[in-house]
Amino acid sequence: MILFMTSSLRLLFTPPSRWQEILKHMEFIGNKSVAIISLTSLFTGLALSLQIYLGFKIINAVNLVGPTVALGVTRELGPVLTGLIVAARAGGAMAARLGTMRVNEQIDALDVMGVNTRQYLIGPRIFAAIICMPLLTAVFDFVAMVGSYILVVFIVDLDKAIFLEKIRQTVEVKHIMEGLFKAAIFGLIFGLVCTYRGFYTTGGAKGVGEATNQGVVTSMVMVIIVDYFVTNLIRIFYLTVGIQ
Amino acid sequence: MEAAVKIQDVKKTFDGKDFVLKGLTLNIPKGSLTAIIGFSGTGKSVLLKHMLGLFQPTSGKVEVLGTDMASLSPDELTKFRCNFGVLFQSAALFDDMTVLENVSFPLIEHRRKLKPDEVKKTAEEKLKMVGLDPKHYHKLPSQISGGMQKRTGLARALALDPEILVYDEPTTGLDPILTEMVDNLILDTHKHKKGTTSIMVSHDLAAAFRIADYVAMLDAGQVLLYGTPDDFYNSEIELVKRFVSKGMKHS
Repeated sequence: MILFMTSSLRLLFTPPSRWQEILKHMEFIGNKSVAIISLTSLFTGLALSLQIYLGFKIINAVNLVGPTVALGVTRELGPVLTGLIVAARAGGAMAARLGTMRVNEQIDALDVMGVNTRQYLIGPRIFAAIICMPLLTAVFDFVAMVGSYILVVFIVDLDKAIFLEKIRQTVEVKHIMEGLFKAAIFGLIFGLVCTYRGFYTTGGAKGVGEATNQGVVTSMVMVIIVDYFVTNLIRIFYLTVGIQ
Repeated sequence: MEAAVKIQDVKKTFDGKDFVLKGLTLNIPKGSLTAIIGFSGTGKSVLLKHMLGLFQPTSGKVEVLGTDMASLSPDELTKFRCNFGVLFQSAALFDDMTVLENVSFPLIEHRRKLKPDEVKKTAEEKLKMVGLDPKHYHKLPSQISGGMQKRTGLARALALDPEILVYDEPTTGLDPILTEMVDNLILDTHKHKKGTTSIMVSHDLAAAFRIADYVAMLDAGQVLLYGTPDDFYNSEIELVKRFVSKGMKHS
C-alpha cells in the first residue's frame, strides 16, 4: 500500500500535468463536503459546549467553557470528526467509483490506451484529499465555535466578552496548526486506503460493495488509531524544540 | 509473412501449480484479421492480456511489432500501448464522459499538441467512420443503446490510428442483428484501415469464419489448430470437428 501511494504521488509530478484532475477531485472532496461539515460541526459545538457548561457549573468554572471547547475542537474533535465524515462521504465514493471502473473494464481500457492509471486516477485523488482536509477542518473549527458562541451567549446567557477573551488568552496558532496538520494526515490515510481498495476491486457488484465497505471502515479505524500516535508525536516535537 | 505478434512457447501460471497457457506458440501476420476461438477457460483472454502487456509470461516470449514486451519498463510499456486499439466486450466507455468526450480522450492524452477544435474534428471523423449519428455525440453512454456503445468503443479504439486493433469478444451477449452489425463493422474497419492488424477473440464461430483471414483455436492452453477458415472445415482433428459442427449449428 505504501508503494502504491509513493508511486502514485511521485507520478503526479511527472508529465503530463494532472492539475485539472486534482481540481476536479478537490471540488468533489472539499466543496461538496462543506455543507455536511458545517451542519455537523454546528451541532458538535452546541452539544460539546452544553456538556462542558453543565460539568463546569458544578465546580464554578463556567468562564472556561469557551477555551475548553476551543482547545478540544481545534486540536482533537475538528480533525478527527472531519476525517471520519469525509472518509465516509468522499472516501466511500472514491472506492465505489474506482471499484466500478475496475469491474466495468474502464481501468483496463485506460491501461491499454497508454494512460498511467495510477497517475491519472490515484495520485490526484490522494493529493486532493491531503489539500482539502485541512481546509475542511478549518471550516469545522470555525462553525463549531459559532455553535459554542450561540450556546454560551444566547442559550445559557454567559458573558460574551469573557467567552471571547478567555479563548483569546488560551488558544494559540500552534493549537490550530496542530489540528490542521493532523487533518492532512487523515486525508492521506482515507485517500490512500479508499483508492487502494477501489483500484484492486475484484468480483463484480459484490466486490464493489465490499471494497467500499472495507475502504470506509478501515479509514475510520485508522483515523482514530493514528490520531493517538500523531498527538503523542506532536507532544514529543514540542518538548524537543522547547515549546510549552 | 512478417508477424505483428509473435508468441513463443509461452507458459503462464498464477498459483505456481496450474498452467493456464502451456507452451503456446502463435504468429499473427501483419495486416491480417485473425480470430482466436476456443471453449471457455482455454486461455483466450489470458493470451490477449499477454499481447497487451497486462500480464507477463511465466516463461516464453511475447513480441509485438518486433518489440519484446518483457524488455519494456513500466513507463515504456505504457507508451507502447498506444500501438493498440482495444474494443472491450462491454465497450468499457467512461460513464462520466459523453460519446464525443470518450473518443476525444485518447487524443487529449497522447496528442497534446492538437488544439481543442482539431481534437473535436478528429473524434467526429472517427465516429462518422463507425456510422454513429451526430445527434448522439453529446449523450452519455447510459443514454445510448448497446450497439451504439460498441460503435463508440470502436471509434475510441481507432482514435490514435493504432497498428493493432484488438476485439475482446465483441459480440458476446448481443442479439443476432446487432451481432451481424458489429461483425460487419469489424470487417469494414479492417478493410478501411489498410495495414492494420486485427485480432478478435470470439465465441461466435460463424462470424470468425466469415470475416477472419486466419483462425487460431486454443485448447488447454495451447494452439490446437491455426489456419484459414477452410483449414478448419477440412480438419480431421476430432475436437475441431466437434467445435465447428456445434458452433455452426448454434450460430
